[in-house]
Amino acid sequence: MTAVRGSHRRRPVRSDGPAAPPRSRISPADLIGEAVAGVLQRPARTLLTALGTVLGVGAFVAVLGLTATATGQISSRFTALVATEVRVEDNGGPDPLTVDIAFPDDADQRVAAIPGVVHAGVYWTAPRLQVTGVVLPGQRPAEEIPVLAASPGFLRALNPTLAQGRLYDEFHNDRAEYVAVLGSAAASRLGITTLAVRPAIFIDGIPFTVVGILDDVQRNTDVLFGVLVPRATAQMLWGPPDPSKRAQMLVETRVGAAQVVAQQIPLALRPDAPELFTVTPPPDPRELRDAVSTDLSVLFLVLAGVCLVIGAVGIANTTMVAVLERTHEIGLRRALGARPRHIAGQFLIEAAAIGTAGGLAGASLGLLVVVAVAIIQRWTPVVASWTLAAAPALGLVVGLAAGAYPATRAARIEPVEALRR
Amino acid sequence: MSPIVRLDGVGLTYPGPPPVPALRPTDLVIEQGEYVAVVGPSGSGKSTLLNVLGLLDRPTTGRYELDGWDTGSLSDADRTALRGRHIGFVFQAFHLLPYRSALENVALAQLYAGTPRRAREEAAVDALNRVGLGHRLHAAPTTLSGGERQRVAIARALAANPRLLLCDEPTGNLDSATGAAVLDLIGELHADGMTVVIITHDLTAAARAQRILRMRDGVLTETSPTEVSAP
Repeated sequence: MTAVRGSHRRRPVRSDGPAAPPRSRISPADLIGEAVAGVLQRPARTLLTALGTVLGVGAFVAVLGLTATATGQISSRFTALVATEVRVEDNGGPDPLTVDIAFPDDADQRVAAIPGVVHAGVYWTAPRLQVTGVVLPGQRPAEEIPVLAASPGFLRALNPTLAQGRLYDEFHNDRAEYVAVLGSAAASRLGITTLAVRPAIFIDGIPFTVVGILDDVQRNTDVLFGVLVPRATAQMLWGPPDPSKRAQMLVETRVGAAQVVAQQIPLALRPDAPELFTVTPPPDPRELRDAVSTDLSVLFLVLAGVCLVIGAVGIANTTMVAVLERTHEIGLRRALGARPRHIAGQFLIEAAAIGTAGGLAGASLGLLVVVAVAIIQRWTPVVASWTLAAAPALGLVVGLAAGAYPATRAARIEPVEALRR
Repeated sequence: MSPIVRLDGVGLTYPGPPPVPALRPTDLVIEQGEYVAVVGPSGSGKSTLLNVLGLLDRPTTGRYELDGWDTGSLSDADRTALRGRHIGFVFQAFHLLPYRSALENVALAQLYAGTPRRAREEAAVDALNRVGLGHRLHAAPTTLSGGERQRVAIARALAANPRLLLCDEPTGNLDSATGAAVLDLIGELHADGMTVVIITHDLTAAARAQRILRMRDGVLTETSPTEVSAP
């Protein structure tokens, strides 16, 4: 006998000639076949086992799909309004008390001349003033209604809808006319319902002709509660803005121009002192979209991850039970020449198959949820193709992770123990 | 030509504490084509002997040659290969996979030998024909009677063309008539040249063998068939 124990290079050779018995082996196709047969022998249990993975992967696909879908909707609204809005503040410079208003008289024209600007206008809240509407005997004491000094460009930049009348324009402003535009809420507080009678309001006793009533505005919705008067009129009557309520400027730009316009505004307004202005451009649309996705996704992806962990625990549990239940089968297979790695491989593939099937079912379920929600909301469903491709892979990873421990346990079962009756 | 089995002082002591000598050092030679029965009460060490012969357990002392192979010098992987290719097992509890057809169960025999599926199934059909179950190829084990199940198990043991058929209480779960039919089948296989070792506590079953070995307290002794069948 010339056999060498445990040698891989020199296989044992029998004294009377023939080589060592060929090692046990099984083709991958056969191993997968055995594993699939093992999975299919208990279909109901397999379905229940896969449920956690189905829900986890389904949540994963649904969350990413719904986020993409909702982001598509949100960002289209943002491009309409927020993305075209630039705000400029008069910060007063290093010594605010010396500069009462930094905006020059022709601020509207200067900014409107920048390519990409649609409307631009200056506004500030005038000092507290008593506003009175129609004077009737014994009625309606003076109301505290905010009065805004606003250049005509500001009114247009509000994107207003007029209930009645018109906006005042550059003509009124240049001549410092006593005209006013009322917000809808202010109009009803002042008892003004129609312009047909050419109503007037009194601001600190000075009559103003109401030329228009705003029904709604797209920006600065607080103006609906106030009275708007031309900037020049206000400055003439009540002086420059109070240092505590400094003037601001609202600029509407073309889509995509906001970032560039924002950089040019301070120099266009005051080439001599651009540092007097603080410009707030809209958030970059791309950053905005990412931020929305991140905010929504993180929470729900964590939930999806929890589902996946539960799914993995479910698969691990069932595979462990199957290993214990099928101890006889393991012993038999070992008696028939299976090596521990063949046993481990079979159970690992069984777990992986359950995980992958769960992943596929979950991807379908998630897709259905996204489409259903999109139909109900009349949105366009958006699902990134990579999420669908990743779903079965995710299930596979869950299955492999879950099956690893039971499979090694199965491989360590001794055939003698397994076959004991 | 080397014998199928040669035990040279083979013993197995389970490590303690206290150490349990399940099989005292034993010498035994089983030649090709022999029909050997091992009898003895439960706990006598019969199963330990079967596990050692079947390469399911390693002896702690001595030298075991199976079909000329010194099994002590083989790696676990080689012992597994030798077990799969040279030994056919028949168990008391049949150990059939419940959700697989008779044909699939028998075809398992050569699964780990790397035999292609078609060849495995052909060998399985041959083996099932040989045990008289050619008409129940696709039956589920749960629909088979006990005798039929044991014949499927014997077909599985035969399918890989083993050198040694190891039967562990093959009639233990069967009534006497079915048991007798299974023993008839094993007798036929022996008549065709198969080397058979049968472990049993059923003396009428043992009486069919050419040689009878008696196991008691881990000690194996040779007995004559007449001596055993006598009351």
